[in-house]
Amino acid sequence: MKEFGYVRPADAAEAVATTYADANARYLGGGTNLVDLMKLGVETPSLLVDIAGLPLGQIEATDDAGLRIGALASNTDIAVDRLVRDGFPLLSEALLSGASGQLRNTATAGGNLLQRTRCGYFTDISKPCNKRQPGAGCAAKEGEHRNHAILGASTHCVATHPSDFAVALAALDARVEVESPAGTRTLALSDFYLPVGDTPQHEVALEHGELITAILVPAPPDAARSRYRKVRERASYAFAIGSVAAVVVVDDGTIRDVRIAIGAVASMPWRARLAEAALSDVAPSAASFAAAADLELAHARPLRDNTYKIPLVRDLIVATLCELTGVPT
Amino acid sequence: MADHAQRSTVELKVNGDDQVLYLDHRTTLLDALREHLDLTGSKKGCDHGQCGACTVLVDGRRANACLLLAVAQQGREITTIEGLSTGGELHPVQQAFIDHDGFQCGYCTPGQICSAVAVLDEAERGWPSAVTADVAAADVRLDAAEIRERMSGNLCRCGAYVNIVTAVSAAAKGGA
Ligand SMILES: Cc1cc2nc3c(=O)[nH]c(=O)nc-3n(C[C@H](O)[C@H](O)[C@H](O)COP(=O)(O)OP(=O)(O)OC[C@H]3O[C@@H](n4cnc5c(N)ncnc54)[C@H](O)[C@@H]3O)c2cc1C
Ligand code: SF4
Ligand code: FES
Ligand code: FES
Repeated sequence: MKEFGYVRPADAAEAVATTYADANARYLGGGTNLVDLMKLGVETPSLLVDIAGLPLGQIEATDDAGLRIGALASNTDIAVDRLVRDGFPLLSEALLSGASGQLRNTATAGGNLLQRTRCGYFTDISKPCNKRQPGAGCAAKEGEHRNHAILGASTHCVATHPSDFAVALAALDARVEVESPAGTRTLALSDFYLPVGDTPQHEVALEHGELITAILVPAPPDAARSRYRKVRERASYAFAIGSVAAVVVVDDGTIRDVRIAIGAVASMPWRARLAEAALSDVAPSAASFAAAADLELAHARPLRDNTYKIPLVRDLIVATLCELTGVPT
Repeated sequence: MADHAQRSTVELKVNGDDQVLYLDHRTTLLDALREHLDLTGSKKGCDHGQCGACTVLVDGRRANACLLLAVAQQGREITTIEGLSTGGELHPVQQAFIDHDGFQCGYCTPGQICSAVAVLDEAERGWPSAVTADVAAADVRLDAAEIRERMSGNLCRCGAYVNIVTAVSAAAKGGA
C-alpha cells in the first residue's frame, strides 16, 4: 500500500473543502471497499478524509412519508431500523442479502452506492482494464466474465455494479443528496449512475469531492407489495449473479403500478422500464410476466460465458412477480 | 498539494486497557493488535474481508479488523478473543465451542467465537437476517438456518460447521 495522510474533518463543509482541494484525496466511509482496493494497489490516495465521525448517520421519516437515510448510516443500522423494516422492507431484504454481518456493521450507505465493480481484472493491477486505466483494453471481454454484464455494456467495459442495496433503491425511485462547495443538490438514482459508453472510469455523476450526505426514498405507493430476491453461487456471503427488486400494486385484478430493477446485469442497477410498460394495466399472470421479461431481455448482449443470466433473470422476474401478486408460477 | 504526515497517534481501549499507539496510517486494526499489541488471537486469513478470521468487536459490534484502518478507530473499544473471558472464567460461547467440538485446527475459531458473541446480541435485539421470513417480525428464533446465515461471514477451511452451529445454538439456549 502507498503511504497516505489522514485527516478527520470537523464538519461536512470542512470535509468537502479538504477533498476539493486535493485531487488525490478520498473520503473514507467504512473503508470496506476503499481499504481493500488500496491493499490491491487499485486506489492510491495521498490523503484519506475520514467522514465516519460526521453526524450523517440518522434514519428519519420525511414529511411526505418517505425516508431520509444519512450517508453514514451503516448497512446494519438501515437494515434493522424499525421504519425501514415496517415501511421499506425491500431495503432491509436487499441489505441483509449482502456481504456479512461484520461487513454490514462497517459499510456505510454512501460507500455502498459507490463501491467499485468486483471484476477480477479491475482488481488485478497486472491486467489491462479500461476502467482502471483508460485505453488499456478490457481483459474481461475474452477472459473470465461469467458474472459480467448482459445489458447496457459497451465494447470498453462489461463490468457490473455489485450493490444489492442500489437495486432496491432503484425500484423505489430513490434520490441521492450531495454536498459541494456550491451547496446541496439532489439527483435521481437513475441519473446518479452514468452509462458506460467509452468512459467506464466515470461511474457516477459526481464531481471529485462531492460528498453524499443522504439517500432520499419516497413513500412506496399505497398497498404496494415488494420483494428483493438474489441468486448467488453459494447460499450466503456472496455477490449476486442475478437479482431483482420489485414493487407492485394490484387493484381489482389489474396491475396499477409496477417497478422492477435488476441487479448484477449492468454497470448500474437496471430499471426494467420496457417490462414495466408492458405490465401496466394488465392482469397478473406468469405468462404476462414472462412476456414482459422477454421484452426487456431482448436487448441483452451476453458474452461467451454469461448467457445463463438471461433465463436466470427471466425466471427471477417471473417468480418474484408471481409471488407478489399471488398467481401460480 | 500539501505534504501530509504519514503517521498518527491513536488511542484505543483494547480488552479494557487504554493503549496509545503511534502508527503508520497503513496499519490495519488487525496488524495493530497482532504486531503492536501482541494480541495474536485474532487471525489473518485472507486480509480482504472474505473469511472472518480477523473478527473482533468494535464498540460491541463485530467487524473485520483486516479492513479497518487502526488510525480510524480513535477512541473506540475493541474486544478480541483474549478479552472475552472474565477472571479466568471462559465466556459461555467459548465454553460451548469446547463442549461441542466447534473446531478442528482452530485457526478460524477466535473469529468464529467473536462473531457468535455478536450474533447472540443481535438476535437478542430482534434484528432480522436474510433468512428471516418477515423482516418486520419483532422476535428472532435462532434455529439452525438462522445461525448458519448469521455466521456466514466466518469461513472454516476444516469444515467444522456442523459443530459450530451446535455450539452457537447451545450458547444461545444457555444464555436465554
Ligand atoms: C467480502 C465482501 C463481500 C461483499 N458482499 C457484498 C454483497 O453481497 N452485496 C453488496 O452489495 N456489497 C457487498 N460487499 C461490498 C460492501 O457492501 C461495500 O464494500 C460497502 O458497502 C462499501 O461501504 P463503505 O462505507 O465501507 O465504503 P468505503 O470503502 O469507505 O468507500 C467506497 C467509496 O465511496 C467513497 N465514499 C464513501 N462514502 C462517501 C460519501 N458519503 N460521499 C462521497 N464518497 C463516499 C469512498 O471515497 C470510496 O471511493 C462486499 C464486500 C466484501 C469485502
Ligand atoms: S470489464 Fe470493465 S472493469 Fe473489467 S477488465 Fe473490462 S474494463 Fe476493466
Ligand atoms: S482476514 Fe479479515 S476477513 Fe479474512
Ligand atoms: S477449525 Fe480449522 S479453519 Fe476452522
